[in-house]
Amino acid sequence: MNCEECKQRPATVHLTKIFNNQKTELHLCEECAKHHDDIPFNLSFSMEPNFSIQKFLAGLLESVTVSASDAGSTSAGNGAGSAPASGYSPGVEDPDEAAEEALAAAPHCSNCGMTYSQFERIGRFGCSQCYQSFAGQFEPLLRRVQGNSRHTGKAPLRTGENLGYKREIEQLRQELQAAISAEAYERAAALRDQIHALEGKLSSEK
Amino acid sequence: MSIQETLNNAFTKWMEGEGPEARIVISSRVRLARNLAGQLFPHLMSQETGQAVVRLVQDAIADPAVREKLGPLFYAPLNDLSLLERQILMEKHLISPQHAQDEQAPRGVILRPDEAVSIMVNEEDHLRVQVLLPAFQLEAAWRMANLVDDVLESKLDFAFDEQYGYLSCCPTNVGTGLRASVMMHLPALAMTNQASGVFTALSKVGFVVRGFYGEGTEAKGNLFQVSNQLTLGLSEIEILDRLMTVSRQVIEQEQMGRRSLMKERPSQIEDMVFRAYGILTNARLLNSEETMFYLSCLRLGIDLGLLHNVSNRTLNELLVRTRAAYLQGDNKGAMDAFNRSLKRAAIIRKALAPDPGAQNNRSGPESLT
Ligand SMILES: [Zn+2]
Ligand SMILES: [Zn+2]
Repeated sequence: MNCEECKQRPATVHLTKIFNNQKTELHLCEECAKHHDDIPFNLSFSMEPNFSIQKFLAGLLESVTVSASDAGSTSAGNGAGSAPASGYSPGVEDPDEAAEEALAAAPHCSNCGMTYSQFERIGRFGCSQCYQSFAGQFEPLLRRVQGNSRHTGKAPLRTGENLGYKREIEQLRQELQAAISAEAYERAAALRDQIHALEGKLSSEK
Repeated sequence: MSIQETLNNAFTKWMEGEGPEARIVISSRVRLARNLAGQLFPHLMSQETGQAVVRLVQDAIADPAVREKLGPLFYAPLNDLSLLERQILMEKHLISPQHAQDEQAPRGVILRPDEAVSIMVNEEDHLRVQVLLPAFQLEAAWRMANLVDDVLESKLDFAFDEQYGYLSCCPTNVGTGLRASVMMHLPALAMTNQASGVFTALSKVGFVVRGFYGEGTEAKGNLFQVSNQLTLGLSEIEILDRLMTVSRQVIEQEQMGRRSLMKERPSQIEDMVFRAYGILTNARLLNSEETMFYLSCLRLGIDLGLLHNVSNRTLNELLVRTRAAYLQGDNKGAMDAFNRSLKRAAIIRKALAPDPGAQNNRSGPESLT
């Protein structure tokens, strides 16, 4: 949306003005907002009215998966939609057949039955196992949404101890590489011993 | 302790109005999203699977070891409450707007009697542990939420993955499942047109600004909630540290704004504060929007030392007592907008009336020289 005043810059300031129970909305760019008469009293600012994380995410999902390997199911969907012989009103796919075909063809979560394209549509998973079921497909999305794909925070106590060791081992391995490239062999030997000791703790717990 | 008491009493822990940075920060919130391993997420649940999750959670909080560590907690099934009653819980910030609206799976809320801890059951995730404290107390809120999480985890099998962390229904919550927020009153930033710039900057460093009732709500009454956007990749402590750092910057900016307003436009500010006081103590009809605005003026007036006979606690309580659902608590939803405005104005006049005991010494705002 462009600014209502200059009609050039994008509107970033959204004002809702209420006077005598009359609600008027005003969308301005920052420049024009600065000089507007109605500011500053009895107004409320909002960053983006009706902003919805889910819609935003659905948008992101679309842009991420255009290049992904989902092309097969997309063309199948189009085919069903444009089939002229269908007795349904235009634009409505045969719900049963299309759904069944898609489900049979598309990989889905074995625990909850959700397919990746269903996830794309609603922006939510069906169960915790979906994360494993779709790991390969949604990693790029995760990087885009979260800027990262690796948890470094708290872990439940029961898995936490092992995870702590694993993270420590990972850290030591990196130091070991650095020590080797720096030809600090004594340090490298000490690090290797530490790693072995931690690995021992890991396996003994399993 | 019963849900009825919670519904009848507008006051709740976060409204205390005292604590670190209480002149600007209304409340601090920490929320953790947790799910039970293998169970369908609430949006796919049948009545039976939803009920099964509720039972597991109820058993967990009834466990003597849990009660010993967390004190008594009680479960209130939301399916037994009317929409209006659920909205009251939402207006008190004990449950989310979504949880109040939702009519599907069996769902509820677990409350500690002081309402500082509330756990939504079967919202978007199976559990949303929330700790809400007055003023700028993010660390204390985190310690409490972390404890609740530790204790619940000893009884419940939470879905956790070594790479992705705590698994949530929506990938925007995965990892720590932590959403921390600070509710701030920022009239000076709004009046000096700095608000949008500050918020744009915040959004560029990973923070989201929302209104008083969270996602999708407008910032009414100059109340803004700043929270972390990302939940994966950073540890809980890193997320909280960053939020505290940016919050302090916003607080500082607001303080500077207030000082310069008082220096450059003292008469306009005084007029604004006392005009608001005059309206709130005399008006017979007040709609919710103008109420939020005038309450904001009073809050500013208290901080600037212009008003002495009103407390932040009273204002916090009024924020909730003047909301649509709370207003008609005993009218079972039959009250129209006109009658709400009438009752709202009456409640405010009564709440702001000078303390009868102090009436001899002081009436109305202290006069300015
Ligand atoms: Zn413009
Ligand atoms: Zn699944």
